[in-house]
Amino acid sequence: MKSSTIRVALVGNPNTGKSTLFNDLAGLHQRVGNYPGVTVEKKTGHYQHAGFTFEVIDLPGTYSLAPRSPDEMVAVDVLLGRRAGESAPDIVLLIVDATNLQRNFYLVSQVLSCGLPTVVALNMVDIAQERGIEIDVKKLAAKLGTPVVAIQANRGQGIPELKAALLSASQSTPAKSENPFPAEFIDQALGLSSRLDSNLKLPLPLFLVERLILDGNGYLEDQLLPINAHAEREYLQSVRQSLSQHGFPIPAGEAMARYAWVGRTLEDVVRTPTERRLTLSDRIDAVLVHKLWGTLVLLAVMALLFSSIFQFAEPAMSWVDSGVGWIADVVGSQLAPGALRSLLVDGVIGGVGAVVIFLPQILILFAFIAFLEDSGYMARAAYLMDRLMAGVGLSGRSFIPLLSSFACAVPGIMSARVIENYRDRLVTMLIAPLMSCSARLPVYVILISAFVPSHHYLGGIVGLQGLTLLAMYLVGIFAAVGVAWVLKRTLLRGETPSFVMELPSYKMPSLRTVLFRMAERGWDFLYCAGTLIFSITIIVWALAYYPRSDSLVAETIAGQREQLAAEIAAAAPDSSARNSLLNKLEEFDQQANLTQLEGSLHQQYSFLGRAGRLIEPVVRPLGWDWRIGCAVIASFPAREVVMGVLGVIYNLGTDWDVSVESDQSQLRDRLKSARWDNSGEKVYNLPVALSLMVFFALCAQCAATLSVIRRETNTWRWPLFTFAYMTGLAYVAALLTYQVASRIWV
Amino acid sequence: MISLETLSVGQTAKVLRFAGGGDITQRLLEMGVTPGVDIRLVGSAPLGDPLEFEVRGYRLCLRRSEAKKIEIQT
Ligand SMILES: Nc1nc2c(ncn2[C@@H]2O[C@H](COP(=O)(O)OP(=O)(O)OP(=O)(O)O)[C@@H](O)[C@H]2O)c(=O)[nH]1
Repeated sequence: MKSSTIRVALVGNPNTGKSTLFNDLAGLHQRVGNYPGVTVEKKTGHYQHAGFTFEVIDLPGTYSLAPRSPDEMVAVDVLLGRRAGESAPDIVLLIVDATNLQRNFYLVSQVLSCGLPTVVALNMVDIAQERGIEIDVKKLAAKLGTPVVAIQANRGQGIPELKAALLSASQSTPAKSENPFPAEFIDQALGLSSRLDSNLKLPLPLFLVERLILDGNGYLEDQLLPINAHAEREYLQSVRQSLSQHGFPIPAGEAMARYAWVGRTLEDVVRTPTERRLTLSDRIDAVLVHKLWGTLVLLAVMALLFSSIFQFAEPAMSWVDSGVGWIADVVGSQLAPGALRSLLVDGVIGGVGAVVIFLPQILILFAFIAFLEDSGYMARAAYLMDRLMAGVGLSGRSFIPLLSSFACAVPGIMSARVIENYRDRLVTMLIAPLMSCSARLPVYVILISAFVPSHHYLGGIVGLQGLTLLAMYLVGIFAAVGVAWVLKRTLLRGETPSFVMELPSYKMPSLRTVLFRMAERGWDFLYCAGTLIFSITIIVWALAYYPRSDSLVAETIAGQREQLAAEIAAAAPDSSARNSLLNKLEEFDQQANLTQLEGSLHQQYSFLGRAGRLIEPVVRPLGWDWRIGCAVIASFPAREVVMGVLGVIYNLGTDWDVSVESDQSQLRDRLKSARWDNSGEKVYNLPVALSLMVFFALCAQCAATLSVIRRETNTWRWPLFTFAYMTGLAYVAALLTYQVASRIWV
Repeated sequence: MISLETLSVGQTAKVLRFAGGGDITQRLLEMGVTPGVDIRLVGSAPLGDPLEFEVRGYRLCLRRSEAKKIEIQT
């Protein structure tokens, strides 16, 4: 015994109940982190048993230990103790699906080759029994030379026995397992091993030496052998050739040898009913992947996903919103006006609010996605949609992530983890923000209701306003298709990824696992996106607040008042013009209006206002004035902010609320009457509104999305790329929209 | 040569060999589609592609283009 902590690596095929077992063992004592340099999650947990601490390391679900990418290499490195500062685990806990033993045992065979003490957890015994599969557990344990424990992870059955088996395994030496390969291969592997050791001073574990021979795709060779080891590479090639000539082809040899071992191991241990029975899963599938019913169910699931967002997330979001507003009021009323109050109220509380406001949506979507994954439906949705997605060079696996992005790109991007192929996953994450998320909706709604005429066609069934809204969604979808097409042919070119996917049998998801997954990802989001959104919000706040000059604002107000007074003096006495000017002055002097004007002027004189003027020449061709430019810059942290900023600019004050109908119509009126500073012409007309909407449909004004892309790709390169390409695309599209539309309508 | 793609629904065949290689072949081998194994076509997705198979007691789906590269014997 090395120490009182016993390290257990949890390994298994996908869909075997690995997460469920991990939660059974570790309960709430779990932590999620990242392995440096790769995108694999590092999930660990611990529990106490018989005076020892057992640390459980959850490795990503896999069908095989043949690494083809840095992500897949993680599992091998952990098992062999090759990660810096980490020794090999004391025990491997291998979870297998009792209803699917043949394929699961391929991984068993590979894990046994690693030579570590191993315990096999035979899961899903309830379903196996239902299907009439009989397994002689004792005999299996004897043949494998490892303990085998039957469990039912979703009910927590067999867990005490499993813990006992882990304890005793940690105190005994592993039995030597049978090598499944022919003598020829074993000799060659031993030869290669001593050769690498003596020629290159490279003492590799035998498992890796074997893998070097078996994995002809070159990945492992490049990882393990020095670049200049030409002689060894050639030697390796000759070993493969000679084995092929002796009836052990590469790569099929490994699979044939291991599956032959699986056959020998299971032949007198498992009895499967000979006649093919229609399982429950088959009966469900008869509907869910049926040509007609399957499609209808998929549509219904999609509809449910969205209505759940509106049904449950919207109310929760407005609670969050009013809660944040309440805190801001309380804090605001305790402090004197000034920089500190503004920093706390508009900066800090606003910043926290901007992060937390996303949570209800994200949690609901994650719960939904976790349910789809754990029930087995996710794979069906991918299967049904693959043909369609293949059209843009993606696979069916991208469907749910992209679909969720219509609600919010954050969970969409995070759920892209199910996509095995790295290039596909990346393309999916890069185009996900083009789907029109719910944060864009208020922008569309206000602009459309203010500037798009409400014509109706076909007897009132379709309206122009509705069509415009639809067009905005389509703009995003078409752009996404185009971008995916281009990326797949340029930056992310490569072999068409395969769509070799298991369709797991249906299972009733456990509420606990679904909640765990939801909480885990929600926390992940808060943690990774929170800091970034928060700091950007503070920066934008500072830009809009400083340099504060009360005297400049007071001067401007006094100037405006003087001008008004001068006009009154010049007007003919008792004329109606004079009366209306007098009314105007009275209105001007009202305290509420003065406060709003002050706010607007401060905004104009701030760094942000100056930046808006600075970029005016750039946004002018889009039909925008500097105020819109300002609002676009200010809405960098979150696009829904844009309407709020416009509200401040157009003197609606800072208490203005987009979600309140009367405030909305106030903003509409202000927008409609806004005029250019120099010419006095109206700023907003249909072309300007369209160009602004198209810009927001395509731009990347969302710090949360960008930080989640950074989290999932482990580099700043891709979020920066996303920001650059989307902003470029949005600019060009808005430019085209304005230039074309203004020639048609004006 | 007869390819897996030509199987009709419900029909079972034996896998003979793979045309071409690459990662897809390796993945298929790992998932139990080895020479000599029985494989049955269960059905196809509504748009005709991909295809659903039963092999070694579980369900696996493959695109037609992938199934084309697997040689079978009926
Ligand atoms: N009937 C039954 N269902 C189980 C059992 N163990 C787990 N499940 C269910 O199987 C489904 C998949 O379990 P997960 O723990 O998510 O499986 P996983 O291996 O972690 O899957 P991935 O996360 O996709 O790799 C869930 O719906 C579980 O509730 C079991 O012993 N019996």
